[in-house]
Amino acid sequence: MNSEIPRKWVWIGGLLLLALLLMLPFLVKNYRVFQFNLVIVYAIAILGLNILTGFNGQISLGHGAFYAFGAYAAAILMDILSVPYWATLPSAFAFCFVFGFVVGFPALRLAGHYLALATFALALAVPQLLKYKKIEALTGGAQGIVLIKPEPPFSFHFLDQPLSADRWLYFFSLAVAALMFLLAWNLLRGRVGRALIAVRDHPIAATAMGINLPVFKSMAFGVSAGITGLAGALSAIVVGFVSPDSFTVNLSIFLLVGAVVGGLASIPGAIFGGIFIQFVPNIADEISKSAPAAIYGLFLIAFMYLLPLGVMGGVKALWARLRSLAAG
Amino acid sequence: MADMLLEAKKLCAFYGPTQVLFDVDFAIEIGKVTTILGANGAGKTTTLRALCQNVRTTGSMTLNTGAGDVQLVGQSTDAIVRMGVAHVPDGRGTFTALSVEDNLKLGAYVRRDKAEVARDIDKAYSRFPRLAERRRQQAGTLSGGEQQMLAISRALMLRPKLLLLDEPSFGLAPLIVAEIFRIMRQINAEDGVSMLLVEQNTSLALNLAHHAYLLETGNVALSGQAEQIKNDESVRRAYLGY
Amino acid sequence: MEALLFQIFSGLANGIIYGSVALALVMIYQATHHINFAQGEMATFSTFIAWALIHEAGWSYWVAFFFTVAVSFTGGLLVQRIVLRPMEKAPVLTNVIVFIGLLLIFNALSGMLFDHTIKAFESPFPKESALATRFFAAHQIGSAGVLMVMLFALFAFFKYTSVGLAMRAAAQNPDSAKLVGIRVSWMLGLGWGLAAAIGAVAGMMVAPIVFLDPNMMAGILLYGFAGALLGGIDNPLGAVIGGLVVGVLENLLGAYVIGTELKLTVALVLIVGTLTLRPNGLFGKKVVTRV
Repeated sequence: MNSEIPRKWVWIGGLLLLALLLMLPFLVKNYRVFQFNLVIVYAIAILGLNILTGFNGQISLGHGAFYAFGAYAAAILMDILSVPYWATLPSAFAFCFVFGFVVGFPALRLAGHYLALATFALALAVPQLLKYKKIEALTGGAQGIVLIKPEPPFSFHFLDQPLSADRWLYFFSLAVAALMFLLAWNLLRGRVGRALIAVRDHPIAATAMGINLPVFKSMAFGVSAGITGLAGALSAIVVGFVSPDSFTVNLSIFLLVGAVVGGLASIPGAIFGGIFIQFVPNIADEISKSAPAAIYGLFLIAFMYLLPLGVMGGVKALWARLRSLAAG
Repeated sequence: MADMLLEAKKLCAFYGPTQVLFDVDFAIEIGKVTTILGANGAGKTTTLRALCQNVRTTGSMTLNTGAGDVQLVGQSTDAIVRMGVAHVPDGRGTFTALSVEDNLKLGAYVRRDKAEVARDIDKAYSRFPRLAERRRQQAGTLSGGEQQMLAISRALMLRPKLLLLDEPSFGLAPLIVAEIFRIMRQINAEDGVSMLLVEQNTSLALNLAHHAYLLETGNVALSGQAEQIKNDESVRRAYLGY
Repeated sequence: MEALLFQIFSGLANGIIYGSVALALVMIYQATHHINFAQGEMATFSTFIAWALIHEAGWSYWVAFFFTVAVSFTGGLLVQRIVLRPMEKAPVLTNVIVFIGLLLIFNALSGMLFDHTIKAFESPFPKESALATRFFAAHQIGSAGVLMVMLFALFAFFKYTSVGLAMRAAAQNPDSAKLVGIRVSWMLGLGWGLAAAIGAVAGMMVAPIVFLDPNMMAGILLYGFAGALLGGIDNPLGAVIGGLVVGVLENLLGAYVIGTELKLTVALVLIVGTLTLRPNGLFGKKVVTRV
């Protein structure tokens, strides 16, 4: 009995999925497409968080800060320096990478809940920093910065629907996400990935094997911040607006929720996490203003009890069980 | 069960799915020193942990409390402590951030007789003057030998029926070890405390103990009077390497 | 000069609140060696309970006060016994995530049960009372008094009672604590109960000043953390002093250096600075372990 699915089916399934993804924006209304764009943005942000907290074991309750700085970096570049939108992404990545690397240094001496505390403080301080009057000319103060959503570079119709700004941005974000996920997957499955996990689980042994701990951990912080920062920049483009109150500590908490629910040391888990934190509030808001928070809280605790490796962990376990049943 | 303080029968212990003790039988005579010898990994520390129910066990361990026999398997650690079993763990287990005096007070945590506790603290200080000098110091600043004295004193604060000692000689200079073993002999002789001593230093242990067991990979390979084993050269060579 | 004094005294008054929160945090840390991120939300929820007792059920202030403290103690104990106990041996990240989960749940509960409109909460020390002086309002002096009483009680508890000693032992070395007969698990529960009770008091002292709504404690929690770290995370008196220092610094820096808008950043810098430069805080004990 074959316990492996024939490659043929994997390819066909993959192509079907791809086709569906490409057609999706034309099958639904514009607003829905906008929501999908946010899912993609969150997925990238959670991917960044996963690399640091899931794979490298450094707890961050402050990734919203990197997201915010990436968003503002992009907004300022577009608004004041008229940089084209696609060019803001690598800039935001670089800026946030450096920022994350710098944050990573004091973080070296902090472990566990002290690191969580420091990053929590960072997240809490961000909105105030963004509203600071002295840099208002740059940041737009409490009002923030309004941006223009980029127009699609060409005209296109499919299934009777036009290629709107939101739809164009969908494909753009999808391409960016595909690139980031591919890079992350490549990075993590090789030496770097193993080193990250080694540093997380056995830091002393890792040092003995020649890994320069301080540089490595700071690099992990930098890369993680860069990716989440890039997601932030993308969010500025997709939403068309940045303001300090969009980046409260709740954002950092929601990113963590997404990472936990999707699966902390899982790359595909980030996608599920993004879906979760985008759509749960939409549905839960109908019940009560506080319902999303309650659901997140319950899910966090429930997952720690039942599915500590998140949905992806559960899926993997289920898959392994099915395969052993099929083989045996 | 008249002379026996504790009888263990078919004792098995598990760390997760791994079994480390296999049907171990041993007995501790009241007022005597029993020693468990063996190489690293033989299961000696596990046996002591089993006695305190800090590890998953099956089998039977019956403690003669003076008011009847109690099955230890399945009890909580604190219940076993209340029955008068004091454990000096390997590595001393002192509360390093607390003062010497606080460590001693904690040893008597389950006791209600305050006046007697104070008397026992004074007794500990007279037995170990070095502890008296350092009574307000953080326990972590004491030397290895002093910490061992503190650990033993703390265990004695319970006025235990049974004193468990896990490798008291470990990491200590020979002079200090000799001192500590002398004091253990004194404690056993004067206070009549039954002891179960786990040791890698076989000659010291056999000199102190009345009975000995030898564990090899979780099984009892040898048991008998310590005096006999000490004097039986062939047994010593075969099992103890000297 | 008068302005400076005013800033300092006002800072001290705020600092009293931060000190109370810091005390609760130190309490939990001493008992469990964990930092409770949900402390602020639990305190807010307790304050809402008090509010409901006073305004909806018509109870008198001090009856409601002590009842709330008792309920909070029980609640904290139950939270530890039911939610946290299975997590005792889990890695730090798991515990942190559970704390955040609790933060979210308590915040949501406050919002769902008591809605989001801002509520007034009265002080038991009314403005006209004999306590008022030139530099301090009656409520500030009253809160300081309450805090002093709490602090003294806690100090005595930890230093002079065997349960207090047992709690400290259980937090530092749970394995050895078990070997002297301490029920470590219950010590953790007790720690949580006490911290919840202290948090409730802090919340009830804060609410008259900043008004009561579900997000009341978020910023204050941060100052509480800063105070606790500054004073030494294992030192109750240090926590209070740390809180006072944070309060004064916040005001002085705000008035004379960077303006009042970046107060949370001040807290952030204090936290990171303390953690990296002087992790034991100003008064924390450096634990020495000889190898």
